[in-house]
Amino acid sequence: MRQLLRAVIFGILGYLIGAILTWLIRGGSLGDEVCVVFGYVVGLIGWLFGIGMGDTWVREWFGLPAREFEVTGWKRYLGFSTDHKVIGVQYLATFVVVLLLGGLAAMIIRFELAQAGEGILNADRYNQVMSMHGILMVAVAVAAILGSFGNYLVPIMIGADDMAFPRLNAVTFWLIPPVAIGLLAAPTLGSFDAGWTAYPPLSIVNNGGQILFVLAVTTFGLSSILGGLNVITTIVTMRAPGMTWGRLPIFVWAAFAASMISLLTTQFFAASLILIAMDRVAGTVFFDGGAGGDPLLYQHLFWFYSHPAVYVMVLPGFGVVLETITHMSRKPLFAYKAVVVSLLSIAGLSVIVWAHHMFTSGMADYLHGPFMFASEMISVPTGVIFLSAVATMWRGKLWMKTPLFFAMIWVFQFLMGGVTGIFLADVVTDVSLHDSYFVVAHFHYTIMGGMLFAFLTGIFFWFPKITGRMINDRLGIIFALWLTIAFQLTFLPQFWLGTNGMNRRIADYPEQLEGANLMSSISAFVLGGSFLLLVYILLSAAIRGPKAGDNPWNASTLEWQVSSPPPEHNFSGQPTIVGHPYGYGTAGSRHAEFADMAAGGQAQPKQAGTGEGADDE
Amino acid sequence: MAMTTTPEAGHSQAEATYRPAANRLGLWLFLASETFLFAAFISSRFVVSGTEQPEHLNQGLALLLTLLLLWSSISAFRAEAAMAHDNRRLFQREMLTTIVLGLLFLVGVGIEFNEALTDFPANSIYGSAFFMLIGLHAFHVLTGILALGVVWNLGRLGHYGSDNHWPVEGVVKYWHFVDLMWVAIYPTLYLFGGS
Repeated sequence: MRQLLRAVIFGILGYLIGAILTWLIRGGSLGDEVCVVFGYVVGLIGWLFGIGMGDTWVREWFGLPAREFEVTGWKRYLGFSTDHKVIGVQYLATFVVVLLLGGLAAMIIRFELAQAGEGILNADRYNQVMSMHGILMVAVAVAAILGSFGNYLVPIMIGADDMAFPRLNAVTFWLIPPVAIGLLAAPTLGSFDAGWTAYPPLSIVNNGGQILFVLAVTTFGLSSILGGLNVITTIVTMRAPGMTWGRLPIFVWAAFAASMISLLTTQFFAASLILIAMDRVAGTVFFDGGAGGDPLLYQHLFWFYSHPAVYVMVLPGFGVVLETITHMSRKPLFAYKAVVVSLLSIAGLSVIVWAHHMFTSGMADYLHGPFMFASEMISVPTGVIFLSAVATMWRGKLWMKTPLFFAMIWVFQFLMGGVTGIFLADVVTDVSLHDSYFVVAHFHYTIMGGMLFAFLTGIFFWFPKITGRMINDRLGIIFALWLTIAFQLTFLPQFWLGTNGMNRRIADYPEQLEGANLMSSISAFVLGGSFLLLVYILLSAAIRGPKAGDNPWNASTLEWQVSSPPPEHNFSGQPTIVGHPYGYGTAGSRHAEFADMAAGGQAQPKQAGTGEGADDE
Repeated sequence: MAMTTTPEAGHSQAEATYRPAANRLGLWLFLASETFLFAAFISSRFVVSGTEQPEHLNQGLALLLTLLLLWSSISAFRAEAAMAHDNRRLFQREMLTTIVLGLLFLVGVGIEFNEALTDFPANSIYGSAFFMLIGLHAFHVLTGILALGVVWNLGRLGHYGSDNHWPVEGVVKYWHFVDLMWVAIYPTLYLFGGS
C-alpha cells in the first residue's frame, strides 16, 4: 500500500516537474503537447521508481542492497510483488475492470445506434466513445489471457518456481496503470477520435487527447514486449527435468508463439506511434502528404504489428480452449504435434499478411495478390487447430461443466469468425465490404468470440485453482447461454447491415437499416447485462464458494498436482516429468513425479524420462 | 535493458543452473526486438524519402562519428575481457575510454543536429528521417552510456570478478548492438543514393 501511494505521488510530481521544466525552457502554455510528452515520460519514471524499481534495481545500480518488503495477504496484490501468481491475479483483476469499462462504452455506442439520426451523442462525441471502446478492448484482448493465465500458469505448467525475470515481470504489470490513466485522462485535452487505429492524417491534426493515446499505447507496447520476452525466456530456460518440448502442455506452446509475435512486431506499433508523436510535437512531416510525407507509411507500419496482434489475442485463446477441451473430454489432445506446428506457423505467417487491411487504401495493385494469398494461407493452420478441438471431443467422455460449455461455444464462434474472414481476405469481396459493419461483425466474432470466450473458458476452468473455491456450475451455464444467445442476436444482424451498406465508425445510417440496428442494440444491452451475472458469480464464488480441493477436474497437468491456490514457490519438491501431459485413457500413464521434500527430503524421484530430457539441456 | 544490468533476486537452488542461460537469452531477445524498432525506422526513411540526399551533408563529421563508435566497441570489448581475467585496473581504464568516446559521439551528434537545422529542417522530408533516425540512435547511445557508467562504478567498487561479471557482459553486448545499429544507419543516411 505504501509503495502504491508513493508511486502515485512520485508519478504526479514527475509529471509536474517534466511539464513545468519544459514549459520554462520553451515558453508557450503548460497544456502544450510537448509539455505533456515530457511530463508523461518523467511521470512514468517517477511512478516506476515509486512502485518498487527504486527499492530494487536502482539501489543495486548504486551498489546498495535491494530493499525487501514483507507483505502478506491481500495487500500483496496492491504492491510490487515479484510472485508470478500475484502478478497473474493483478492482470486478471485489472483487465476484467478494463473489460467492463470498454463494455460500458459499447453500450453507449449501441444506444446511439439504436435509431437513425443524432441521438444522445453528436458525431464528434460518437467518434470519441467509439475510439475509447476500441482501444480499451484491444488492450484487453492483447493482454488479458497472456498477462493473467500466461503469468499464472506457464511457470507452474513447466515445473518452474517463477518466471525467469520476476522483477521485470512486476514492472511489466505496473506499466499498465499509467496506460489506463493516460487513456482515461485524454478527455482533459480533448478526447482522441481517430479510432484505435489512429490513422493519420486525422491523428496528426486532431485534439490533444491523441498525444495521450500515443503515449499510453506506446507504454502498453513496452509492457507487452517485456512480457513476451519474459515468457519466452521462462519456457526456454526453466523447464523442469524431463519437460521436453514435446511434453509441454499446449497452453505453454500457445503462450510461446504469441509471445514471439508480441516480442518482435510490437516495435512496429511503437515506431508508428512515435512517428505520430514526432509529427505532432517535433514538426516532422512523415505523414503529412502536403510536405512530401506518406500517410500510407503509417498503415504499413501499424498493420505490421496490428495484424499479428490479433494472433497475440487468439493464440493464447487457442491454448486455453484446447487445454480445457482435452481435460474435460478425458482424451489426449488430438494431433498434438500438428497443433504445435500450426501455432508456430500462424506466428510466422502473421507477419506477411498485414496489407490485407489496405486493399482499398490505394497501395500498389501488385501487392493485392500476394497479400490475399498469404492471408488465406493462415486458414490452413487455423483449420488444423479447429479440427483438433473438434476431434478431441469426438467420442470423448464429455464432462459438461461450465468451462467445457464455453469451450464448445468458442468452437462455434470461431468458426463463424473464420469463415466470414475469408470474404475479407479476398480482394474482390473486400473492396465492397471494407469499412462496413460486416467487418465489425467479423472481428467481434473472432476477437470477442475467439479471445473473450476463451478468456471466460479459462476463468471458469482455473478459478478453482486460483482461488481454491468452486464456481456455481448452474449459474455458470446460465451465464454461458445468456451471453451466447445475446451475442448472436447482437452481431448476426451486423453482417446483414454491412452487406446492405452500413459504414462502421459513423454515428448515423440510412433509415431503412433501423430495424436490424434496433435489434442489435437491444441484444447488446442484454449481452451487457449478462456481465453483471458474471461479476456476481465470480464474487460469490470467491467469498463463499465450496472448497475446490487440489484437483477438482481430476486433470493431469502440473498446476493441478499442487494445492489450490499453489504454495509460494509452486512445488515443495522438484517435479520430474516422465510422460505426455494428456495421457488420458492410457493405463499407467503419468505426467510428473515429485521428489517429496516434506517426507524427510530423502525420497528420490524415479529417473524415468530424464534420458529424453537430456537433449535440450 | 534494466534486466541486463542486474541479476534477478534469487528464489531457489535451481536458480544457479538456469540464471546464466536466462540472462543471455533475455538479452538476445531484447536485442532482437530492438532490431525490429530500428528496422521500422530505417525502412520508413526509404519509404518517405527514397535514397534522396541533401547537398550539405557533413560527410567528414559522420565518418569521424563512425570511427569514434567503432573504437568504443573495441575498448568495450577490452574492458569485458579485462574483467574476465580479473584485471580490474585495465577494466576501469577501458570502460572510461568507452564512456568518453560515447560522450564525444553525443557531442558530435549535437554539432551535426545544429548544422542540419539550417540545411534541412525537420519539416523537410529528408530532415524528418534524419532527425528521427539519428535521434533514436543517440537516445540508445545515451542509455548505453548510463548503463556503462553504472557498471564501471560497480566494477570499481569491486562487485564483479572473473566468475561473476554478467552485468559487464550484458552492457557491453548492448553497446556492441548500438554500434551495429549505427553501422546500418550511417549508410542509410549518408552513403546510399546521393545527388
